Amino acid sequence: MSLLEITDLTVGFDTEDGTVHAVKGVSFGVERGEILALCGESGCGKSVTAMAVPRLLPSATTRLSGSIKLDGRELTVLPEAEMRRIRGKEVAVVFQEPMTSLNPSFTVGYQITEVLRRHERLSARAARARAVELLELVGIPAPHRRVGEYPHQLSGGMCQRVMIAIAVACSPQLLIADEPTTALDVTIQAGVLDVFRDLRDRLGTAIILITHDLGVVADIADRAVVMYAGRAVEQAPVEELFARPRHPYSLGLMRALPAAAVVGPDGRRRLTEIPGMVPSPLSDPQECAFHPRCPSAQADCTASRPPLERHGDAHLAACFHPGGHP
Amino acid sequence: MTSPVAEPILRVGELVKHYGAGRGNVVHAVDGVSLSIGPGEVLGLVGESGSGKSTVGKCILRLTEPTSGTVSLVGRDITHLSRRALRPLRRDVHIVFQDPYSSLNPRFTIGQIVAEPLRRHRIARGGEAARQVTAMLERVGLGAETLSRFPHELSGGQRQRVSLARALILEPKLVVADEPVSALDVSVQASVLNLITDLQRDMGFSCLFITHDLSVVEFLADRIAVMYLGRIVETGPTAEIFAAPRHPYTQALLSAAPVPDPVKQRRRRRVVLSGEVPSPLDPPPGCRFHTRCPVAVDRCRTEVPELRDLRLGDHPVACHLVTTDHVPDATATATAGE
Repeated sequence: MSLLEITDLTVGFDTEDGTVHAVKGVSFGVERGEILALCGESGCGKSVTAMAVPRLLPSATTRLSGSIKLDGRELTVLPEAEMRRIRGKEVAVVFQEPMTSLNPSFTVGYQITEVLRRHERLSARAARARAVELLELVGIPAPHRRVGEYPHQLSGGMCQRVMIAIAVACSPQLLIADEPTTALDVTIQAGVLDVFRDLRDRLGTAIILITHDLGVVADIADRAVVMYAGRAVEQAPVEELFARPRHPYSLGLMRALPAAAVVGPDGRRRLTEIPGMVPSPLSDPQECAFHPRCPSAQADCTASRPPLERHGDAHLAACFHPGGHP
Repeated sequence: MTSPVAEPILRVGELVKHYGAGRGNVVHAVDGVSLSIGPGEVLGLVGESGSGKSTVGKCILRLTEPTSGTVSLVGRDITHLSRRALRPLRRDVHIVFQDPYSSLNPRFTIGQIVAEPLRRHRIARGGEAARQVTAMLERVGLGAETLSRFPHELSGGQRQRVSLARALILEPKLVVADEPVSALDVSVQASVLNLITDLQRDMGFSCLFITHDLSVVEFLADRIAVMYLGRIVETGPTAEIFAAPRHPYTQALLSAAPVPDPVKQRRRRRVVLSGEVPSPLDPPPGCRFHTRCPVAVDRCRTEVPELRDLRLGDHPVACHLVTTDHVPDATATATAGE
């Protein structure tokens, strides 16, 4: 049994303009100790999908259906009191903006011990000692001193390490990291990604890494789910995905990167663009949502929506005319 | 009056910008930066947050006043010109900012925004201005229907095209582009980068392209200057720097940026820099990078390295360890990817 099993997850938000279909029938699993990248561009639904797991979506305006099972337990119907015992203990979250995610009025030590005292019922002294250990685990130098400092005394990279320390304080089975290195410089990013790798290797934590950066995916993920307009359009082990992308959108993303520049007929270096724009989230087309931008689109792409189908081992793609050769 | 040897469009000499931070503290944002950009050349100014790269851009436009040093545009020193004397020269240099949401006035239509430089410089008005604006919008890939739209009706990519149209409508000699594609998604970024390259080659303006993204400068820039804590540590032709970086910081920076290929990426040797970027309030003595440099020696802690090319080429480096027959290798101490 997978650690996390998401089946046919659909999330809509009620707005003044109508229902925004943020996530439409997404299914995937996460294995124990696996690093899964959830990738795609702004508005594809990657963050909403992940935040549905710890139920961090606004309850009043959210319409959610489908199933989210953690270790066999259905989370979508769990009473809030039970959910609170899972959140922070079994499933923890690291957000993008480390500076705004920490409370500026409390020391980092207090913010780490808060989780420990809440979930583990540790004494103040034991929690403090554990906080120092955790800071050491995430690679913060002089943890004895840092534990008494406030967020403003730390750099962005250090704050993100503190956020990770808080997230892993109760040794969660699943860590959700939403663009955890996007606000950081590359030399700092490399260190933070090492912390994630290390946590997985040492504690066996499964990690869902939400990112738009294919370099980060290539660096750290075992498997990736590519999302477009609210749907998972492709999922595969990372090496397989980069070597043989099946969905034209995944291929388009890789070709659009500056690193993939090609020399045009006029001798100029050019990037391969994806023409057009993403469809409005207010629409819910019964056809392939990518077809207006797709170089491989044919008549059947508008007749019905391609289902997610198997193309080789553990490789799924939702396309009637997939590229790549086995 | 152009001399046979092409005069640089922009020359920055020993630029210093210090900000007062209260209680006698001084932020050393830029500390002695010199660079020049030739006609039609794209210089990529690369560095991480706090390196001073944006401050250099602002000083060039005198959006902030340099503490000392000189800025010359087409051979004319503009450092001490009055605001009024500077105004006609503003035709020749324009800036494109990072955030396409805050850099366009929300109360103006796109037509008014792009026509503003024509109006300011009394170049065209009325029908003639409208004709030029429509033509410029078309060049950046926006139709005439955009004219009457407001910024909030456009996507991020479209807004950045509007910023480009506004910057280019007077056909400036120099464009300072400060992270113009950093806020955009990959697919949108690709089309804006293609557009910038096309416009740059067709119109022939020089460009200072400020960014933290190495893959973008590799695609776009003819030459690169790498900044660390207010100083340029290495500069040279793009291909040469990417193939054989000489400064340990450049080596670390290049090795830290992950490549979008899992097989390659997981075999790469990476330098994970220890410690943090020191505060620009109190930059370290000697080489500013010595506190994090994996190959620093005693001399680096006391003596400031000069930016120079001992091989008399076009690839100067500010590092004591670079000699005519030796280049330090920061990756020698590095670990393989996984």
